[in-house]
Amino acid sequence: MDLNFTPEEVAFRDEVRHFFRTEIPADIRAKHLGGEHATREEMVQTQRTMNANGYAVPHWPREWGGKDWTSVQLYLYQDEMQLAGVPHPLPFNVSMVGPVIAQFGNEAQKKRFLPRAANIDDWWCQGFSEPGAGSDLASLRTTARREGDTYVVNGQKTWTTLAQHADWLFCLVRTDMAAKKQEGISFILIDMKTKGITVRPIRTIDGGAEVNEVFLDEVVVPAENLVGQENKGWDYAKFLLGNERTGIARVGVSKARLARIRELASLERMGDIPLIEDRAFREKLAGVEIELKALEMTQLRVVAAERGQASGKPNPASSILKLKGSVLQQATNELLMEVVGPYAMPYVPEDDREGSNEPPIGPDYAAEAAPEYFNWRKISIYGGSNEIQRNIVAKAILGF
Amino acid sequence: MDFDLNEDQRLLRDSVERLVTDRYGFEQRKAFLSQPDGFSREMWKQYAELGLLGVPFAEEHGGFGGGPVETMIVMEAFGRGLVVEPYLATVILGGGLIRYAGSEAQQAEMLPKIVGGEMLVAFAHVERHSRYELHNVATKAERDGDGWVLSGDKGVVLHGDSADCLLVTARVSGGQRDRDGIGLFLVRADTPGVTRRGYPTQDGLRAAEISFDRARAETVGEPGAVLPHIERVVDEAIAAICAESIGVMTEMQTTTVDYMKTRKQFGRAIGEFQALQHRAVDMYVDLEQARSMALYATVMASSDDAVARRLAASAAKVQIGRSGRKIGQETIQLHGGIAMTAEYKIGHYFKRMTMIDILFGDADRHLAEVAAHGSVFA
Repeated sequence: MDLNFTPEEVAFRDEVRHFFRTEIPADIRAKHLGGEHATREEMVQTQRTMNANGYAVPHWPREWGGKDWTSVQLYLYQDEMQLAGVPHPLPFNVSMVGPVIAQFGNEAQKKRFLPRAANIDDWWCQGFSEPGAGSDLASLRTTARREGDTYVVNGQKTWTTLAQHADWLFCLVRTDMAAKKQEGISFILIDMKTKGITVRPIRTIDGGAEVNEVFLDEVVVPAENLVGQENKGWDYAKFLLGNERTGIARVGVSKARLARIRELASLERMGDIPLIEDRAFREKLAGVEIELKALEMTQLRVVAAERGQASGKPNPASSILKLKGSVLQQATNELLMEVVGPYAMPYVPEDDREGSNEPPIGPDYAAEAAPEYFNWRKISIYGGSNEIQRNIVAKAILGF
Repeated sequence: MDFDLNEDQRLLRDSVERLVTDRYGFEQRKAFLSQPDGFSREMWKQYAELGLLGVPFAEEHGGFGGGPVETMIVMEAFGRGLVVEPYLATVILGGGLIRYAGSEAQQAEMLPKIVGGEMLVAFAHVERHSRYELHNVATKAERDGDGWVLSGDKGVVLHGDSADCLLVTARVSGGQRDRDGIGLFLVRADTPGVTRRGYPTQDGLRAAEISFDRARAETVGEPGAVLPHIERVVDEAIAAICAESIGVMTEMQTTTVDYMKTRKQFGRAIGEFQALQHRAVDMYVDLEQARSMALYATVMASSDDAVARRLAASAAKVQIGRSGRKIGQETIQLHGGIAMTAEYKIGHYFKRMTMIDILFGDADRHLAEVAAHGSVFA
């Protein structure tokens, strides 16, 4: 029993820490730590710098840029990235479609798509959810009908994050109407420039528009863009959703935010004292920190248990990490809004917040606090809502 | 980074788990509770024979040479069995105080007896108004010839009624809440001037109110400067009861899940109802979070950095206090009426968990400690 990392692991951590803090521009990281969304250009620049140094897709198979790191190394890499405020390489590329193509795609698809996904030469978006298929994803109704060497796709996807930037859409479509609902689904890759695709932004409660509806009307897709076997798409989707097991807790993100909350709470006054010296506030903060420390330890237990194991198999422990990790991220939103106080109230549209010459209303850290609180309610909904995670754990412990 | 037990630790775990499984069933425990001391002298002898009473002590004193991890292994298994013998009082607290603060002569005299099961010790610290403060001591120690005499009242002394020796905090100088001026004294229980009133605690264990009226005592450590030793031993004791609580909570969680699989209402197992499933999952998550912090406190218990050690102990106490309360209340609720009966085991786990939260300071008390002293991420 030993909580220390080995000397090799410490050296590795120092190396990635140095990389993130010297090679990724400080202004991008500061903005990201402050809760602003990275722009398309900043995300592309960051991911390309990481890819040029072998840091974009370390968890992929070696021949496609992977590094064969241990679970501990992957943990340290993610933790350091989050602590440094580095925008994560586009998850749709590196955590979702990339691993699916690497695992189930054919050689031509791997050659065509993987290097471009790693380098964000293609920007991918996710076509899973539909208006009638949320937590019950398998009830999706978008269809793909085979016509010669093509599929013709019709339907509607929703919650498609950053589709406005996307070059490609990976999409779950129904290819067998007669089969049981999980068994008639295929996983298909669609060029966003194809005729018949309409992207419509969805305005969200934080005032942003990062998600979209995507309408597919008689969209003709070459049959070679089918990944794996027809009607096996549900297996690939499950693989995709279970693929990210430990990073999902985003402990590093919450740690960085708690450090920032401490810092900002020393700037805010509470009567005669800085807010950080207020007993009630300190106890609330300490309560969240303790739960986060526990989650960090839980995550390390999972990481240690997985050391040397192949990835890709869903693990009920990842449900615990998501359940607790999401709630704690959301707790940091509440604390930050409490720190900001009355200046959480002014509403500044996102476009005016970023790159504006106008002076801020109140302190320069105030504008994001409430929108981020509103926006981050999504964390316990997406990627399998917390209720779905509870269903998964219940199945594991109760068998029902 | 490694959470695995080594070979010796696995053997220790197997042997103590087997003992608890074989000898500490619910009915057997009930019989132990009804014995004159409120626990089983016979089991105590068994622990000595298995070497469990020597776990944290050096080999030169007949011990096992173990550290906090070995203590954790024993305590977690004892938690699963709701063991009622005075292991915390004698081995962790009494033995710990002698180990850190005692003279070589006291160690050579007492530790082999503790290891051999021939001496029970209790730590008499709490007073009517001290609550959880370790530096809050009104009991007085005065010089008397070449020795000392103690006067004052101690309360809720764990297993104080059956102890052969008492380790008593008393003030040699300063005001009631000064950190300096606290001494630790060894008093034989049969010393004239010592009066004991023993009673059961809510969880079936034993404690005593003890008054001292010019009772003769010998010093343990330097009078006036023992507080750091006491704090260290209490940090280790907190790690130990956190481990015990993991055993207690694990039993509540697994028993609840088993019950949900078999109890039928409305024609099906209650575990099929989603409203109950999700509550069972939350119990499981709470347990795993508590287990993580108990491990953290265990590893940190051997740290010589007193501030970091104390922060870890307090943070763990917060987590197990909160997890324990939730798991305890949920195990009762999900079982329903059966859990309210004294004949069913689960209520006894609930009661032990409730007492563990109070021991050495409840979750709110330790949250205030952590909040006042910094951050677990510092």
